[in-house]
Amino acid sequence: MTAIRESRTDLIFKYFVYCFLFVILILILYPLIYIISASISDPTLVNQGKMWLLPKGITFVGYKLLFQYDEIWIGYRNTIFYTLLGVAINLFVTLPAAYALSRKKLVGRNFFMVMFVFTMFFSGGLIPSYLLVKNLGMINTVWALVIPNAASIWNIILCRTFFQVTIPKELEDAASIDGCTNTKLFFKIVLPLSMPIIAVMALFYGVGHWNEYFSSLIYLNDEAKYPLQMVLRKILVLQEISTETMDPAMAIANAEVINQKADLSAVLKYAVILVSTLPMLIAYPFLQRYFVKGVMIGSIKG
Amino acid sequence: MKSGLNTSSSNNAPLFSSKSKKEIRREKRRTTLKNIATSWELYVFLLPAFLYFLIFHYVPLYGLLIAFKDFNPALGVWDSPWVGFMWFEDFFSSYYFWDLIKNTIGISLYSLIVGFPMPIILALAFNEVKDGLFKRGLQTITYAPHFISLVVMVGMIISFLSPQTGLINHILGLFGVEPIDFMQDPGWFKTVFVFSGVWQGMGWGAIIYIAALSGVDPQLHESAKVDGASRLQRIWHINIPALLPTIIILFILDMGSLLSVGFQKILLMQNDLNMESSDVIATFVYRTGILNAQYSYSTAVGLFDAVINATILVIVNQIARKRSETSLW
Repeated sequence: MTAIRESRTDLIFKYFVYCFLFVILILILYPLIYIISASISDPTLVNQGKMWLLPKGITFVGYKLLFQYDEIWIGYRNTIFYTLLGVAINLFVTLPAAYALSRKKLVGRNFFMVMFVFTMFFSGGLIPSYLLVKNLGMINTVWALVIPNAASIWNIILCRTFFQVTIPKELEDAASIDGCTNTKLFFKIVLPLSMPIIAVMALFYGVGHWNEYFSSLIYLNDEAKYPLQMVLRKILVLQEISTETMDPAMAIANAEVINQKADLSAVLKYAVILVSTLPMLIAYPFLQRYFVKGVMIGSIKG
Repeated sequence: MKSGLNTSSSNNAPLFSSKSKKEIRREKRRTTLKNIATSWELYVFLLPAFLYFLIFHYVPLYGLLIAFKDFNPALGVWDSPWVGFMWFEDFFSSYYFWDLIKNTIGISLYSLIVGFPMPIILALAFNEVKDGLFKRGLQTITYAPHFISLVVMVGMIISFLSPQTGLINHILGLFGVEPIDFMQDPGWFKTVFVFSGVWQGMGWGAIIYIAALSGVDPQLHESAKVDGASRLQRIWHINIPALLPTIIILFILDMGSLLSVGFQKILLMQNDLNMESSDVIATFVYRTGILNAQYSYSTAVGLFDAVINATILVIVNQIARKRSETSLW
C-alpha cells in the first residue's frame, strides 16, 4: 500500500482534511474546557472576559454555594430514583418483546411489528397524550414520568436485530430438544449471551431519563418531586436564583456581597452544569464503545 | 412469510393427491394453532409491550377525535358535541397562523440545510484519517456533546451569549464589535438554534455514516488507486455512492418530521422578546393546550401539523422510490 506514492494533490487534500478535523475538534472541545475552567475561576475575572482557557484565580466558591443549595440535591436524588425505576421498566418491556419478535415461529409476528412501527409515524400528539395521562390519574406522580415512556420502538428493533444476529439458531434448537421452555431459554441462555445489548439499552434509556425535562414540566407540579433537569431549568434558563436563599450568612446586608451577587450566580451556573453532567462525564469513557456499538447495530438493519 | 413452516407443506400438496384442499387448509390451521400453543410464553413476553403501545399510542389516536369536537372533560371524548372543522378554520384564519407557519418551516429548513450535510462531511473526513490516537480522541470528543441535556445545553447557550459576561461577546469585543444580545434579538434566534444544534449533534450523527463507510470493500479503493484515482475522486466515486442509501433514508425521516423539529429546545430558548421568530406550531400547541387548557383547539392545531408531516413523508418517500432504489417502504 505504501508502495504507491501519494501525489501532490492527494497530500494537499490530506492536510486539508486534517486541518478541517482539527478546527472541528477545537470548536467542540473549547466550550467544554471553558466551562470546567470557569467553574473554578474567580467569577469576576470570568465575567470580565479575562479567563480564556485555563482557570484563573482558582476558587471553589461556586461549588461551595452549590452544596448549600438543597433543591439541587433533592433534584439529584429524584432523578436517580426516576432513572433507576424508568430503566427497570424499560428493560422489562423491551427485552422480552424484542426476544418474542426475534422468533420466526411466532405467529402474528408481522402484525405486532406493524402495530408497533406504525406509532413511529403517527401519534396522537401532545394534547391527547396529556389528557390520557391525566385521566389515568398519573398527574403529579412518578408514574407519569416512567410509564408513558416505557418503551421505544427504535430500541425494540435494535434488540430484536441483536437477538436475531447473535444468538445461534442451533443453540435454541438444542435447548428446546432438551426440553427447555421458552421462558427458561430466555432467562438461562438468551439474556446471559446478550449483556452487550442490555448494557446499550440501559444506557440509552438511562440517558433519556436523566436528561428528561418535558414530562416533568407538564406532569409534575409539586416542586419536591422535581427531577434535576427541572431544577437546572430554573437556575440556568429561567435565571431564578438568589444568593440570599442559598446562604443565610450572605443575606446580611453587605454592599460588597450584593455587588458580587451577579458574579456569584454566574460561577454557580458553571458549577451546576458540571455537577449535573458529572455522572455522564465519569461514565462516558467506559461506556463510549457500547454507545457506538448500539448505533452500529441499529444501522446494520434499519 | 407469515408462517414459514406452512408454505412448504402447501407446495408439496399436489404430491399427496389423496388430500383435499379442505383437509390441507385444516391441517395448516392445526399447525398454526399448534405453533401458537407451544409458544404461548412468547405472547406473555409480548404482552407488556402490546399493552403499552395500545394504551399510550393508540388511545391518543382515538383522542384526536376531540379536534372535531367541543371537548368537555366531564362528557368525555365520545359524548362531547361535534363541531366539524370549526377549530381548523379558527386556526387558519387567526392572525398568527402565517407567522407560525413561517417560523416552523423556516427553522426546519434552516437546520436541514445546515445540519444535514455536516455529519456526512465529518464521516467522510474521519474516514481519511488512519486509526490512531488523533482519530480515537476526535471521535470521543465529537460524540460527547450529544449527551449534554437540553436544559444544560440551553443554559450554556445563554451563558456564552450573554451580552455583558458571555464568552462570545468577549471574543467579538476583541474585534471591536459591539455586544450583541443574541437571546433577546429575534433576528438571531434561528441561527443560534441551528448552529448550537449542529455543535451538539454532528459527531453523533456521523456514527451511522461511519458504520456505512466501514462496509465499503477496500478492494474498490485499491483498484481505483492503481488506476490513478485521487483521494477526492475516490471519495466522490466510491464513498459517496456507498453512503447514498443511508443518506436517502435519513433524509426521508428528517423530512417526515419537518414541522416538529427541536420543539423541546425551542421551548427552552424562547422568551417574550424573541417570540416573533421563535414561536412554532409545536410550542403554540403547548401554550394553548397545556397552559391554557384549550384542549380541542390545540389538538386540532397539532393534528394539522401531523397531517402535513405525514404528507411530506409520503411524497418524499415516493420521489425517492422513483428516483433511486432506496425508500422507507
